[in-house]
Amino acid sequence: MIKTTPFHERLAPLNETHLWVHWSGYLAAQKYQTSEKFEYYAIRNSAALIDTSPLYKYRITGPDAERFLAGVLARDIRACRDGQAQYTVWCDDRGFIVEDGVVLRHSSDEFLLTAAEPNMSYLQNLIGYDKVDIVDVSADIASLAIQGPRSREVLIQLAPELETLAFFHHTPATFGNVPVTVSRTGYTGDLGYELWVDSGDAIEMFDAVAEASVGRGVLPAGNSALLMSRIEAGLVLIDVDFHSSRYAFTDHDIVTPHELGFGWMFRDLPTSDRRFIGRKAIEREVANGTSRWKQVGLLVDWQHWDQLYRDAGLVPPKDETPITYEMMLYDGDSNRVGYTTSFMYSPMLQRHIAMARVQPHLGRIGSAVNLEVTINHRYHTVRAEVARTPLFNPSRKTA
Amino acid sequence: MSTPSRPISTEYDAIVIGGGHNGLVNGAYLAKAGLRTLIIERRHLVGGAAITEELRPGFSFTTFSYALSLLRPDIIHELNLPSHGFMPIEMPSSFAPMENGDYLLFGKDRNLNIQELARHSRRDADAMDQYDHDMTEICQAIKPLLDTAPPNLFGGTPEDAAQLADLARHLKGLKPRVLHNIVRLLTGSAAEWLDDYFETEIIKGWYASSGIIGSRVGPMSAGSGLVLLYHNAGEHDGHFGSWAFHKGGNGGFTQVLSRAAQGFGAEIVLESAVSNVITSNGRAIGVALADGTELQAKVVVSALDPRRTFTELVDPRELPTDLVDNIRRFRFQGTSAKVNFALDGLPKYPALGDRGDQFRGFTNIGPSIEYLERAYDDAKYGWYSKRPYIDACIQSMVDPSMAPPGKHVMSCFVQYAPYKLKGSDWDTERERFGDTVQSTIESFFPGFGDLVLQREIVTPLDIERVVGLSEGNIFGGEFLAPQMYFFRPAPGWNTYRTPIEGYYQCGSGTHPGGCVMGAPGKLASQRILGDLAAQQ
Repeated sequence: MIKTTPFHERLAPLNETHLWVHWSGYLAAQKYQTSEKFEYYAIRNSAALIDTSPLYKYRITGPDAERFLAGVLARDIRACRDGQAQYTVWCDDRGFIVEDGVVLRHSSDEFLLTAAEPNMSYLQNLIGYDKVDIVDVSADIASLAIQGPRSREVLIQLAPELETLAFFHHTPATFGNVPVTVSRTGYTGDLGYELWVDSGDAIEMFDAVAEASVGRGVLPAGNSALLMSRIEAGLVLIDVDFHSSRYAFTDHDIVTPHELGFGWMFRDLPTSDRRFIGRKAIEREVANGTSRWKQVGLLVDWQHWDQLYRDAGLVPPKDETPITYEMMLYDGDSNRVGYTTSFMYSPMLQRHIAMARVQPHLGRIGSAVNLEVTINHRYHTVRAEVARTPLFNPSRKTA
Repeated sequence: MSTPSRPISTEYDAIVIGGGHNGLVNGAYLAKAGLRTLIIERRHLVGGAAITEELRPGFSFTTFSYALSLLRPDIIHELNLPSHGFMPIEMPSSFAPMENGDYLLFGKDRNLNIQELARHSRRDADAMDQYDHDMTEICQAIKPLLDTAPPNLFGGTPEDAAQLADLARHLKGLKPRVLHNIVRLLTGSAAEWLDDYFETEIIKGWYASSGIIGSRVGPMSAGSGLVLLYHNAGEHDGHFGSWAFHKGGNGGFTQVLSRAAQGFGAEIVLESAVSNVITSNGRAIGVALADGTELQAKVVVSALDPRRTFTELVDPRELPTDLVDNIRRFRFQGTSAKVNFALDGLPKYPALGDRGDQFRGFTNIGPSIEYLERAYDDAKYGWYSKRPYIDACIQSMVDPSMAPPGKHVMSCFVQYAPYKLKGSDWDTERERFGDTVQSTIESFFPGFGDLVLQREIVTPLDIERVVGLSEGNIFGGEFLAPQMYFFRPAPGWNTYRTPIEGYYQCGSGTHPGGCVMGAPGKLASQRILGDLAAQQ
């Protein structure tokens, strides 16, 4: 039986389309009204409320919690201070990514780890002699993202101190009588926050946020708008841009952090003796230059795209719906040099964009590749170039 | 980047007269090509008729033009507009109230729209898909004509002959049905065109409205087909005929253009009026400002309308008589007005109860062809419509930053409002006209008047006085067949050149024409840069 999130009672009546997707066994709105693009523009121009409760959440506590996570997670959790959050990945011993997620650090003995997929047995099996307790609090904690340039303006009406909450920091707050953890995090690449609340208090918190939103153009946004935003923001999605090494049949299915663009997580390695799963393999990969891929952003040549379709007698499609199957990339000599993992027309950038993996020598900004598209049942290629990610990166995100 | 109130220099490569959107586009392209470019604007802000003004604290009014569609996609990229804040927000609904209290309400779901139209006519439901398909084919066919300078029929050079041959080749390559449809639209009425598809008045009124906007033509008159075609040739994210609302209104858009132009090195001065173009031996050598300052430039571009370009900025005695005659005959006859409102809350439509999502786009008060035609009848005899056509948009529903929380701004484009009133004048009629518009809205949205916090009435005379568009014509000259393409603004002078060497035109009075399109500005820049290259 499909489950509903703690906010469902409020959000269901707002879903005029009755279009729902299944997200980790929960109903999640695909879009609330007929235009997902309008919801997307709420994220980019006002603010949107996105129910992210289906995420898996693990409370990790105990005197050895920090040491445990430092050994499991690939990014140094000890560098994350109390009250901060960290985006991280965890790897297997061959240096391939198991999964990614965000950790909220409350103290050295209390963390909240979020993940898209269940990880309970994976984490528990690695505890060993550490004094750590891991509790799956997925159903106990509801999460509501408020994302967009007006999100701060809405929240400071409920808790004025949030005015100064910095990017990737979190703080306890009280909305009315409801205790809430507010983190300045999100999956849209915009100014935004995520609100973490006991499920029993979810409706009361939702009502407080909704009331503070009145008249400010805040819309509930469904998964479609969220998944558009995250591509512009260059944020990877499991089972789309990468797959967990836990369930891979071949190495073609899996990537290392360096291959997925997370080399920056390991800048400290030359001067740090921290031990974590996959370290040796990751160091070997760097030393031997064995990375197979580089994760990049692509900007498609708008003129060439339009020309190809016009020459074929068609109206050039400019569809913001993400395409999450692979589209092949070629170099000038028609060698296959990579593939897209996510592709869409970006309304903000007014052109087609992609998240893609290319051979390392093509990873530099400005490198040219040819993207394979099918037009009138025939293969064609359209010019694209490697561009800096995030492709859309407003200063307000971190300001 | 700050805007100096005085030009930095007295010598430029190019001077653009008028900081409307075409002047900005033109100046941006010239600057991008490396010309030292100055854009001179008479008012305290750039944008011309594409401005947004905060007439009441927190309430932003799109005083004149109010939505975006025809802007050429190439310009967006070539001028890097996304990096300067370009944001065309989708308007997801379209709403047409009816006089019997019913309505037509479209969203972004094709099948829901079919069901909605089927309430009115089952036959029209799939006719709409056919109509959209046929219009898209037509728009696809004419798009290249909007993005290239028209050939000079009277030029006689090998280049002119080659361009004419290109045009013939393009037309010959079209499907016969498409070409025939184009001719039907260019020569016929919107009403006849729509009668071939639809039976329901509400859908015909909806589509016919774009056949009258900005023009002194009724939907039953020949000529309205051309206006309809023109408006449908716009596109938003690849969808022909689709409109968007730019963040901050079209004033927000021209600020983006202004930043882009400055980013390429163009200099913009405000509150500086050009009194005339300085010529010597038949060529332009600079401009004189109203304060007596003289600035030199080897290229001078007028972004003003043809009347000002040919008869006010230069001495008509320097021009061929034919051209002066043609410009004298060039029809402006503005017939559009705006009434903009600050509202205390959202209007209610009785049949929709407390809903408000119908206002996330255009609200079209023009429920039948007959309604529109009767509105035109008044104008034919020299008066504004007793029951006008209104294209309303509550823009704060699309961009909430346009009004304070819970409040709204509503832009109402109104027809017909002829520039010349028989037996009165606009300064006398202003408030009565505003009352006529407001009471028309009230008749569809009872209680509307109680919401009005402020009202701004913009008559054709105001458009002329404030923006400088002759007779208040929003397109810089009527969309009449003898004033388009080969003939815009005059036979032989559709090339952006003028008879005065070094003096060019880039306003909406040149091809393709009006709307916030930018094509005249861009195409003129290509002509200028081509001529400069040829001289070297």
